[in-house]
Amino acid sequence: MNPAFSVLMFTVASGAGYGLMSLLVLAQLLGLAPPAGGRNLWMPAGVALGLITLGLCASTLHLANPKNAWRAFACFRTSWLSREGVLAVLYYPAAMVYLGGFWVSGTVTPWVTASGLATVFLGLATLFCTGMIYASLKTIPQWHLPLTPVNYLLLGLMSGAVLLLALVGDTWSAVRLPYLCLLLIGVAALAKLAYFIRIGKPSGSSIQTATTFTRARVRLLDQGHTADGFLNKEFIFNLDTGHLVGLRSLAVVLAFIAPSTFIGLFARTGQDAFTVVAVASMLAGLLLERWLFFAEARHVVRLYHGDQTV
Amino acid sequence: MKLGLVIDLDTCVGCHACATACKQWNTSGTIGPLADVEPYGKQPSGTWLNRIRTYEVGDTPASKTVHMPMSCLHCEDAACVTVCPTGASYKRDEDGIVLVDQDKCMGCNLCAWACPYGARELDAEQGTMKKCTLCIDRIYDEHLPAAERQPACVITCPTHSRLFGDFDDPDSTVSQVTRARGGRDLMPELGYRPTNKYLPPRSGKAVAAVKKNSLLTSVKDWVNKVISR
Repeated sequence: MNPAFSVLMFTVASGAGYGLMSLLVLAQLLGLAPPAGGRNLWMPAGVALGLITLGLCASTLHLANPKNAWRAFACFRTSWLSREGVLAVLYYPAAMVYLGGFWVSGTVTPWVTASGLATVFLGLATLFCTGMIYASLKTIPQWHLPLTPVNYLLLGLMSGAVLLLALVGDTWSAVRLPYLCLLLIGVAALAKLAYFIRIGKPSGSSIQTATTFTRARVRLLDQGHTADGFLNKEFIFNLDTGHLVGLRSLAVVLAFIAPSTFIGLFARTGQDAFTVVAVASMLAGLLLERWLFFAEARHVVRLYHGDQTV
Repeated sequence: MKLGLVIDLDTCVGCHACATACKQWNTSGTIGPLADVEPYGKQPSGTWLNRIRTYEVGDTPASKTVHMPMSCLHCEDAACVTVCPTGASYKRDEDGIVLVDQDKCMGCNLCAWACPYGARELDAEQGTMKKCTLCIDRIYDEHLPAAERQPACVITCPTHSRLFGDFDDPDSTVSQVTRARGGRDLMPELGYRPTNKYLPPRSGKAVAAVKKNSLLTSVKDWVNKVISR
């Protein structure tokens, strides 16, 4: 699949935003965070909502006919993309009631609790829907996996945790944020490695099942047109296999290994600069990871254009 | 009703007449125009609802060239409709035709991603998804003579490799020919249950390969040739 930069931006930015907000709200509700204040609530919440909004705006850039984008809320009973849109919009009132409740009462009231739980649920559910948009496509074997939504959820929570650490530092006494970050990075890295191993398996479709000639070798002689059309441009993206190992390794280093190293250094030295570097490396790594998620995905329509398997 | 096409891979000669007729009819039809990009330039491309690809099946000398026209297969389990967030893609209850409402489509491409057959193409100029309508603006048009109430590709095919009809009616031509010739689904393992069926090539007589003669027959042949002079 041809990676669209707007979609990479959208999923990385809003994933980090939902992860950050969910962890922040959960920590406040469970009493793990210090009393809500500027640095412990408004700043991280502002960054989270900013990232989510930036991501949602980026997501509209890949629409070829954005004037009809408002119609995307219509089919939430069947379409994961529509569900994602509905939940993403419902998220804002829930988050606003939560933050407004704190603003007015300054403490955890039943209203704050209820809206906080709704915020956490809607944020994580939106991330799940994003994953399911891809996982529901039977046409792309590398996406049609339970690991796809798991990865989206874990990477969102992981990047949210690292961002939270960079914003509030190691100032929370009830929960040591550096260790929470390391735990989430570890789990997310394991799930991503499992994904890399899983997509090495060939799928059941081949040029034979695509053309009905299952008892002979089939080769493409002519695709029927000289210049590349929509199908070629959208679905046929060839990643040089020689670079694949290097790119995957780079993604793993930037997204998981470097951030955990810098967080370890931060925990030891207390230098805030380390957490900033950790965030920068992680976001670059996640962008590369998301690019690979598209570049490695092989749509079955490639079989009609001459690929033997996908 | 379950309207669809039967495509005969035995007789198709790969002339692209179906694709051309389709483009000609539909560019001024209900979903038109079908935009072209650089039509007279170095890299001409555009929106087509029919694509014809050519394959070599089997190994030489027992190989066969097969032309495979493909348009929307109007699947019974159409994932393109399920994934559509706006409701622009829909499958008609009365005849099973899958259509895109051009006024609702937001051009997110998700339906094209969900289609295994490459039947949907985004129109580069209009920004909406285009696909085969089974010439819905022909097949129900009572101003046309009855014989012409068929998709443009079917009418134009010079080798009658395309048949149009109702698969729900067991006595229709398409049902009969599908039964008789063992019509097949493309990528049945995905479970989309496409309506259009593809008829496999008939197994004809093998073409005799060049025989290597023995010395004796070569001499006899040479003698016969000399005497006949």
